[in-house]
Amino acid sequence: MAFLEVRDLKVHFPTDDGLVKAVDGLSFSLDPGQTIGIVGESGSGKSVTSQGILGLHRRTSAIASGQIMLDGEDLMTASNERLRQLRGDKMAMIFQDPLSALHPYYTIGAQIVEGIRVHHPEVSRSAAKARAIEMLGVVGIPSPRQRVDQYPHEFSGGMRQRAMIAMALSNDPSLLIADEPTTALDVTVQAQILDLMRKLQQDFKSAIIMITHDLGVVADMADEILVMYGGKAVEHGSVGEVFSTPQHPYTWGLLTSMPRLDRVRQARLNPVPGNPPSLINLPRGCAFHPRCRYTAEVADGGCSSVVPGLDEVSGEHLARCHIAAPRRTEIFIKDIRPRLRGEESS
Amino acid sequence: MFFYIVRRLISVVVMLFIISIATFLLFFAAPQDPARLTCGKTCTPATVEANRKALGYDKPLVVQYGKFVQGLYQDRLYPDDPVLQKAAPELVTVCHAPCLGYSVTAHRPVRDIIVEVLPISASIALAAFVAWIVIGVSSGIVAALFRGRFLDRLLVGLSLVGFSLPTFFIGVLLLVFVAIKWGWVDIPTYVSFSDSPVDWAKGLVLPAATLACVYAASYVRLTRAYMLETMAEDYIRTARAKGVREWKVIMRHGLRAALTPIVTAAGLDLGGLLGGAVITEQVFTFQGLGYTAVRAITETDLPVTVGIVIVASAFVVVANLVVDVLYGFIDPRVRLS
Repeated sequence: MAFLEVRDLKVHFPTDDGLVKAVDGLSFSLDPGQTIGIVGESGSGKSVTSQGILGLHRRTSAIASGQIMLDGEDLMTASNERLRQLRGDKMAMIFQDPLSALHPYYTIGAQIVEGIRVHHPEVSRSAAKARAIEMLGVVGIPSPRQRVDQYPHEFSGGMRQRAMIAMALSNDPSLLIADEPTTALDVTVQAQILDLMRKLQQDFKSAIIMITHDLGVVADMADEILVMYGGKAVEHGSVGEVFSTPQHPYTWGLLTSMPRLDRVRQARLNPVPGNPPSLINLPRGCAFHPRCRYTAEVADGGCSSVVPGLDEVSGEHLARCHIAAPRRTEIFIKDIRPRLRGEESS
Repeated sequence: MFFYIVRRLISVVVMLFIISIATFLLFFAAPQDPARLTCGKTCTPATVEANRKALGYDKPLVVQYGKFVQGLYQDRLYPDDPVLQKAAPELVTVCHAPCLGYSVTAHRPVRDIIVEVLPISASIALAAFVAWIVIGVSSGIVAALFRGRFLDRLLVGLSLVGFSLPTFFIGVLLLVFVAIKWGWVDIPTYVSFSDSPVDWAKGLVLPAATLACVYAASYVRLTRAYMLETMAEDYIRTARAKGVREWKVIMRHGLRAALTPIVTAAGLDLGGLLGGAVITEQVFTFQGLGYTAVRAITETDLPVTVGIVIVASAFVVVANLVVDVLYGFIDPRVRLS
């Protein structure tokens, strides 16, 4: 069994307007030292997935089912207290906006020390602070001995994210969940942070779940990619396979909507048309069909009536689409790839 | 920080200066002739003039104000005129600095009256303060944590009732039922702390409870609102993701951030209340600043009125300063800028 096994994870929130199926049957697995990139638009369920693994959503307001096995331990049936013990120790999280994710009233050092001493009360305050200084050094913060006593607002955006990473890694977690860790940062700082995470992963051998809407980050960092749409996986495979022969029209949309610097300026970007679906009332059939340009490929309007299964394309590569796999590859080669290579004139 | 406090202290002095001028002018804007008020029905033109001279009301306004300000840092003698002092040395009264004038109605320096009644108001205010902070803030936290559930609705409902009922109603209600009908406590009287700390505390229970009811109600709502706001912040999620125990998340992370506006409100409310709780003191006939102010106004005892207004406004101004300085200690982002 893999280090992390998520099987048929469902997280539903009952609301006054109806049941929000934020995550609806998600499965993946992850080994130490491996990175999986979970990609999707806002509201596709990627953040709920990560909070579901950490047990951070309120158990009273969310209905979760399925199985999450971390190192052989079922997190779905674990007590709140057990989850609390694991959080920050065996599994840690890096959040999107480090300014709002760090407490404004406590020094960086105090916040790291708190995280260490929650799980290791036997560590003295000064030893924990020494560890905090060490970790700040590890993540590349200059003069950590002075910085440790500063407040988050005295740090720059990139430094804050480094401090956040130091905090997450201070207990040497074996699972690290990074929820859009670079979204709030400048592009140059983004690259530094990703470099840092890659380097730290080699040193710490953590398994990383990288949640992002940025396919560039996934291509850079991940071994595996999971594309989510409307709370479900629509494509799942190794980064090599998914990027060389993406199989789902939504993945195509994400790929062609990426702005790129390495080709002649296009007249405009190619956004995926339409809006993310309502998680209360998902479209019938394939959740993506209202925004899909290729529904005509499927006979009898199958896209709008039958929910497609997550089927094997080749080996570990899975896709949730009614169009036959060979035909999808054909469309990709004829229609999509030229656009990615900038061979299109429009 | 140091220069900030110095700057604020200067503005406090300026503020008190302006308030003193305003209240002092009010004194003379009143339709009564202060000299005539000194003798009432027994007045003859001669006694009025004599008293006017004795109290210095015959001097120009600027001189009188100058003497008043001088009296704030220097002892004053009544009467001020050396000839009159010589004529009747046994009648000369010393008004120690800070002197706030001489009340003819009470035949005493205003300062002595205020020194006597201030501890009463301060006792009620402080006892009420402790009670409403403890009850209001803790209920507010509980309400926030149980948002939308029965306990929340109950606490918010009760606070609405407490907030809507006027002080005199709650006070009389407590007096009639708790003290008279059920006899749980004696009818409250003020005993000075130095005489008997136990009786002092006993006497304060009902007046403090009355005030605490009204204030606690608004603190429940205030604390609830700020707790809801901070508990939805990203850093609360971070604390949970670190594995911090939930009660510590609430107290150390949530309440800590919600504390700033609560401390602000608490400081200002306490400052206002130290100047006297007019209605509560009336209901329980505690002769504190509020009670004395009302009495002074109805008896047109102008020096006492002016004195109490200045003291009460000094509390408010100083409370503002204290809150601003505290702010810098609570929020590190304020400290540095």
